[in-house]
Amino acid sequence: MRIIFKTSYDKDIDIHEHWGKRGAILVLLAFMAVLPFFAGEYYLAEATNTLIWALAGMGLMLLVGHTGQVSLGHAAFLAIGAYTEVALMNIGWPFLIAFPVAGIFTGIFGALIAIPAVRMSGIYLAIATLAVFVIVEELIILLEPITGGVGGLFAPSITIAGISFDRYADLSNLYWLVLLIVALVTWGYANLMRSPTGRSFLAVRDSEVSARALGINVTRTRALAFGLSTGVTGLAGALMGHYIGFFNYELFSIFISINLLLVVTIGGLGSIQGAFLGAILITAVPQLIAIFRDWANATVGINIGSIPGLDTMIFSGVLIAFIIYEPLGLYGRWLKTRTWFELFPLARRDMFRRQKSYLKTERTK
Amino acid sequence: MSLLVAKDIAIHFGGVKAVDGVSFSVEEGEVFAIIGPNGAGKSTIFNLISRIYPLTHGKISFDGKDITRLKAHDIAQLGIARTFQNIELFDHSTVLQNMLMGRHTHSRTSFVENILFTPKVRQQERDHRKRVEEMIEFLELEAYRNKMIAGLPYGVRKVVEIGRALAIGPKMILLDEPASGLSVEESQEVAFWIEDMRRDMGLTVLMVEHDMGLVSAVADRVLAVANGRMLAEGTAAEVQADPHVQAAYLGTAPAGEPA
Amino acid sequence: MELLQLLFSGIANGCIYGLVALGFVLIYKSSEGVNFAQGDMMMLGAFIALGLGNSAQMGLPFGIAIIGAMIIMYGVGWGVERVFVRQLFGQPQFALVILTIAMGFIFRFIAGSIWGYTPLVFETPFSGMNWNFGGVILSAADLITILVTAVLTLALWFFFARTKTGLAAQAASQNQMAAYIVGVPVIRLNSLIWGLSGVVATVAGVLYATKGAIDPNIGLLGIKAFAAAVIGGMGSLPGALLGGLLIGIIEPIAGRYAPGELAQMSPYIIMLIVLITRPGGLFSQIHAKKV
Repeated sequence: MRIIFKTSYDKDIDIHEHWGKRGAILVLLAFMAVLPFFAGEYYLAEATNTLIWALAGMGLMLLVGHTGQVSLGHAAFLAIGAYTEVALMNIGWPFLIAFPVAGIFTGIFGALIAIPAVRMSGIYLAIATLAVFVIVEELIILLEPITGGVGGLFAPSITIAGISFDRYADLSNLYWLVLLIVALVTWGYANLMRSPTGRSFLAVRDSEVSARALGINVTRTRALAFGLSTGVTGLAGALMGHYIGFFNYELFSIFISINLLLVVTIGGLGSIQGAFLGAILITAVPQLIAIFRDWANATVGINIGSIPGLDTMIFSGVLIAFIIYEPLGLYGRWLKTRTWFELFPLARRDMFRRQKSYLKTERTK
Repeated sequence: MSLLVAKDIAIHFGGVKAVDGVSFSVEEGEVFAIIGPNGAGKSTIFNLISRIYPLTHGKISFDGKDITRLKAHDIAQLGIARTFQNIELFDHSTVLQNMLMGRHTHSRTSFVENILFTPKVRQQERDHRKRVEEMIEFLELEAYRNKMIAGLPYGVRKVVEIGRALAIGPKMILLDEPASGLSVEESQEVAFWIEDMRRDMGLTVLMVEHDMGLVSAVADRVLAVANGRMLAEGTAAEVQADPHVQAAYLGTAPAGEPA
Repeated sequence: MELLQLLFSGIANGCIYGLVALGFVLIYKSSEGVNFAQGDMMMLGAFIALGLGNSAQMGLPFGIAIIGAMIIMYGVGWGVERVFVRQLFGQPQFALVILTIAMGFIFRFIAGSIWGYTPLVFETPFSGMNWNFGGVILSAADLITILVTAVLTLALWFFFARTKTGLAAQAASQNQMAAYIVGVPVIRLNSLIWGLSGVVATVAGVLYATKGAIDPNIGLLGIKAFAAAVIGGMGSLPGALLGGLLIGIIEPIAGRYAPGELAQMSPYIIMLIVLITRPGGLFSQIHAKKV
């Protein structure tokens, strides 16, 4: 077990407490950066997809994991980001401007929604976001001149300073672009969480009444969290549009909202790492199911491909198992495993036992 | 001039008059205690001062400023900190983070600067940390600095909550039953801290407390309330000797008055 | 005349929304969370009744098929609580939301695997029967829907207001801890309530099936019913029913006089307006947290 002697407050303020951890991140980044040189087209595309999901996951994580607000409508913000960005590029704006503007626009939209919604809490907010989702979906169909209506539209390919980032012609370039954006957002997210703003999010999550007593404006904090969350989700939506190439409103279905919730829950609520682990899982499982399906078909001769809805079924099973047995998600599991090794052979089974108690009710009489 | 003046304050929940026409003033540098039986409206008075509940009528002013219409989150800015009867800490954060959250009103950086973590933010973090470390040292919380609240014993949590309130750097601190649920030793410790807060930090202390031992030990003046109304005001000994107060605790009306 | 016709079918539809909304409220009161599988439980109930009753399947008499479906769905609701929901004890509300969303997918998968994804028609003794009252057509299915909803609502009211178990359930919904201390078997009651909501869902599903074909995706109606429950203020049984009626009536009228997408949006727009103006719903039972 490693013991760190802290000699200045800066050691606590820094994102990573020692060079070992910083090194690990650098190695990971370097590995990700050289991936296009040895990974095949298929895996590179999957990696890009995973990164985009991780970005969207971070957006939702900020809201659900760190501010304690559940949104069932985040697919709507993916959609707003994607459509805004494509619309801006179609009127001739370059990607470098259209992309951040799409994110900011989505963020402002989200914050504006949050202002009336902040009076609600818990389940009511989740419901309101669901309503927003349905309304946005219908609006997309209504606003046909911009969105292409039911028919959908093409995302133009990205060109920056003469370099093409086309999904099919220059996949490596697109991958690097996505990687850079994800890395920047992750860095900003980590910064946010070690600063007063991030702490005020946690305060609002854990106890509104004492947050107020400490001078935190709960309404403004929630609206800000909503805005930042939806802004990042909007960025992910824009990238998703470019990654898919051609899309209509069906790309942003309620299932995407639920998948995003899956990402943050399975990954581990309240940790940035969780968003990544969740994204890896959610993009890998369909592939694993496909591989298993082929294998079952080839060896046993059972054609499970003919059962519709099996993927969703397996997903649901995984989700239930996580909710019941590992509410801290993959990241929580990882922390436990690591502690177990660090303390070996002194770890005890009950060290991580959860306390179960009667509901801390939210509708106290 | 008094630091805090509550004039004829009242709050009615439907037909229930939880607080009804209570007036008192707290002088600067004073330890003022509010006592009374359960359900007397003591905590409600706190909630009125910290603007969690709206006043039905009456007026509260602090430092010469009318705070009756302020929002709950504007109160800390003025220099009023508080603790809660049932401990309202941020359970999934460490002691250090909890106390840093107390520094919120002193943060002067925008969220954009926070995301970029500019040198200004770092310097501000160092300053916050320094202030918080002073509180940690004062309350002897060093051993718990990086512990999660959820796993801490009750007594420690109570102290952390006081620490978080002190981190605001207030002029006045409202302590809602600081000794409830504590052992004799722990509540003696609380008595010392209250003394120190007044003497070394120049704080004004307004507290609600059941433990008459603690109240007699630290309070300069005591206000007794029952059923939302004022019964008596004076030193601890005077209030304890008051027949109305004794009646309220024993549940009988003093002679010559209707129950 | 046309408005009257719309109103009538709107009320009948609203009854179904209202019944599903009742299921939401029942579970919200007992588990303090939202059962997002309520719509899918309705779907499953309808399919079980169809499977038992249709001549091409089990071919049981109509009444027996429905009672059988109600019993089976009581078991399903009870089992979901016993096996899954109970495990979430002490976890945040959010956990139940995710759990039930996943349960919904599983129900849909089960129904799809057994009965397929092509719409099926439930055979009822009164299918196709209707009366013409001076231009307004009253179908038997609509009339029965309204009648059954009224009867079920009265029965539920009687259960909660007059029986010992019902009163205990009310007590538990107001304060689990206090109810537990005075000897209410809170945990067992929760299973019962889940079972009960399975029964209510089945009734809603059967009524829905009398009006047209069903497929495994009809559970999505749950989202609309959910809007109804919210409009009524999650904690109120009569509120849920009224919310359902409101949505049921407004939907066809908006569809008649406004563009299609707007009509689709109407339940949610109403819900948002209610949430913003009265965050606790029209029949609010929410109070500020005490500190």
